[in-house]
Amino acid sequence: MSALQKMMGWVDDRFPLTATYKAHLSEYYAPKNFNFWYFFGSLALLVLVMQIVTGIFLTMNYKPDSMLAFASVEYIMRDVDWGWLIRYMHSTGASMFFVVVYLHMFRGLMYGSYRKPRELIWIFGVLIYLALMAEAFLGYLLPWGQMSYWGAQVIVNLFSAVPFVGEDLSLWIRGDYVISDATLNRFFAFHVIALPLVLIALVAVHLVALHEVGSNNPDGIEIKKKKDPVTHIPLDGIPFHPYYTVKDIVGVIVFLMVFSAIVFFGPTMGGYFLESNNFIPADPLKTPPHIAPLWYFTPFYAILRAVPPMFGSQFPGVVAMGLSIVLLFFLPWLDRGKVKSIRYRGPIYKFALALFIVAFVGLGYLGLLPPSPVATILAQTFSVIYFLFFLLMPWYTSIDKTKPEPERVTG
Amino acid sequence: MKRLKKILFLLAAVPVIACASEGGPPLDKAPVNLSDHASLQRGARIFVNYCLNCHSAASMRYSRMQDLGLTEDQIKENLMFAAEKPGETMTVAMDKKEAKGWFGSAPPDLSVIARARGSDWLYTYLRSFYRDDSRPTGWNNVVFDKVAMPHVLWSLQGEMVPVMKKEGEHEVIERLELAKPGSVTLAEYDAMVGDLVNYLTWMGEPAQLERKQLGLIVLAFLAFFFVVVYYLKKEFWKDVH
Repeated sequence: MSALQKMMGWVDDRFPLTATYKAHLSEYYAPKNFNFWYFFGSLALLVLVMQIVTGIFLTMNYKPDSMLAFASVEYIMRDVDWGWLIRYMHSTGASMFFVVVYLHMFRGLMYGSYRKPRELIWIFGVLIYLALMAEAFLGYLLPWGQMSYWGAQVIVNLFSAVPFVGEDLSLWIRGDYVISDATLNRFFAFHVIALPLVLIALVAVHLVALHEVGSNNPDGIEIKKKKDPVTHIPLDGIPFHPYYTVKDIVGVIVFLMVFSAIVFFGPTMGGYFLESNNFIPADPLKTPPHIAPLWYFTPFYAILRAVPPMFGSQFPGVVAMGLSIVLLFFLPWLDRGKVKSIRYRGPIYKFALALFIVAFVGLGYLGLLPPSPVATILAQTFSVIYFLFFLLMPWYTSIDKTKPEPERVTG
Repeated sequence: MKRLKKILFLLAAVPVIACASEGGPPLDKAPVNLSDHASLQRGARIFVNYCLNCHSAASMRYSRMQDLGLTEDQIKENLMFAAEKPGETMTVAMDKKEAKGWFGSAPPDLSVIARARGSDWLYTYLRSFYRDDSRPTGWNNVVFDKVAMPHVLWSLQGEMVPVMKKEGEHEVIERLELAKPGSVTLAEYDAMVGDLVNYLTWMGEPAQLERKQLGLIVLAFLAFFFVVVYYLKKEFWKDVH
């Protein structure tokens, strides 16, 4: 026995190192027919790591103080070695995190990855999405620009629309009567400690649940049903390592090319990743004429604005916005289709999903615009489509004419 | 189907709504060229002479202007009037509270003004001051109505007066006309403002030239590395059918 083997044996007697490596990498059998859409899970993990690492370095020079925050970001951009690169990686990473997560979720919708037995994977995923939204919102206050300030003001004010306890609730969140130094300090604490811990924990359980039941695939069939009689390895499964590790590296490089193109040549993305108004220091006395959240929140912002105030309260809009996310949790039980994958679904589901995407993207676009009568009618139409996609799902998925699923994975 | 058509029609109208929301007078394109060191140096000179009396650029260090091809001594002799050491930032002695009393609002810091306002806006704004005796300063601006800042560069540009035209019920400014010439011609003035805006654009993010150069190297490396990992993947996947 070599020294290395001896050492591994010593560790394995005390910690399941080899067993863990096998269970999650070298003997985790993933379907061999993953396509383009399956890159985004590993990419989301990459961006998470990148955000944590760049975040740590930003924290070394950032000052969570309302008098110093804005200038400290500019200090990072000018005087800290490679500060501009770290900052742009972090700001671009925030937006790209949502890009890959949205594509990852869309993959789930297409191939029915949320269906039995993967309900918990989906639920953990939606929780990750929620935590990510909170993380992004909290982080956006930190540069202490005009959009940071007024965006936070608008969102925290949503809580004051809650009947009876609203005012106290928003006061409790802010720690002051307006967004102030106290708010900045607590947002900083949540952004750099609390939410990252929650995110990492959720990603861990997301992966544990995934590896327990095994990955879905573009055909939406279970590869565990057809196993080799001797080895008990799924016939259509291949070990994650080395097959998918080398494949995911290809995805990583392509992603990094897109990412670098943004970081080095257009870090503001024409105002979508870094808003020009946020280069004006926060001024509590000057409300900007048009306050728009960053692009990844705009679909929900559009739903919020689409609901008219009732009984002099914005609360119905807030409820609609909350409900639009809560509905995601119920997806595994709303879908009554006989097959999982869009490849074998009937025309009704395909149409519904296409309409849903149009509505979601449309809402995202409308949320960027200042309100106008036409935009409001459009946003209301799209909001209705958004909700009907979920609420009518039990009906239209059960009457849809599906095609038979194959025995083994294709392509 | 009818509903779908209606939606599609509304969707087609979306870009129109987006344009309508922009508003404001049209902006002139600023002649920004960050590799033109001579222009950036001229712009820096105008900046420290005319802007840096009231406006600070508190994130900008004088020594950073070495990136524009200047030596530390040149910076000290020609561009540093309000500081002792080149490592200092561009601050001003004017008290913010007092300034607010004089102008109605404190002059904003200009470190990242080009990123906040955009180069085209700055270029148009600095060329759009006109005489307006109803204003406390005697000046107004086409792209920034009721602006608090007087026309600091008036001795160069001269005095412009508006030429009005009727648009429905309202009288609007059609264009500006030179009433009293300044020390330079209008074309020379445009060039000077162009240099100044070029400098402001650079000052908004001094790392931007380095950023783009590095970007090319990074992308070239990734393109090469892509080929490597692509064939690595192919090799590993040979036995998967």
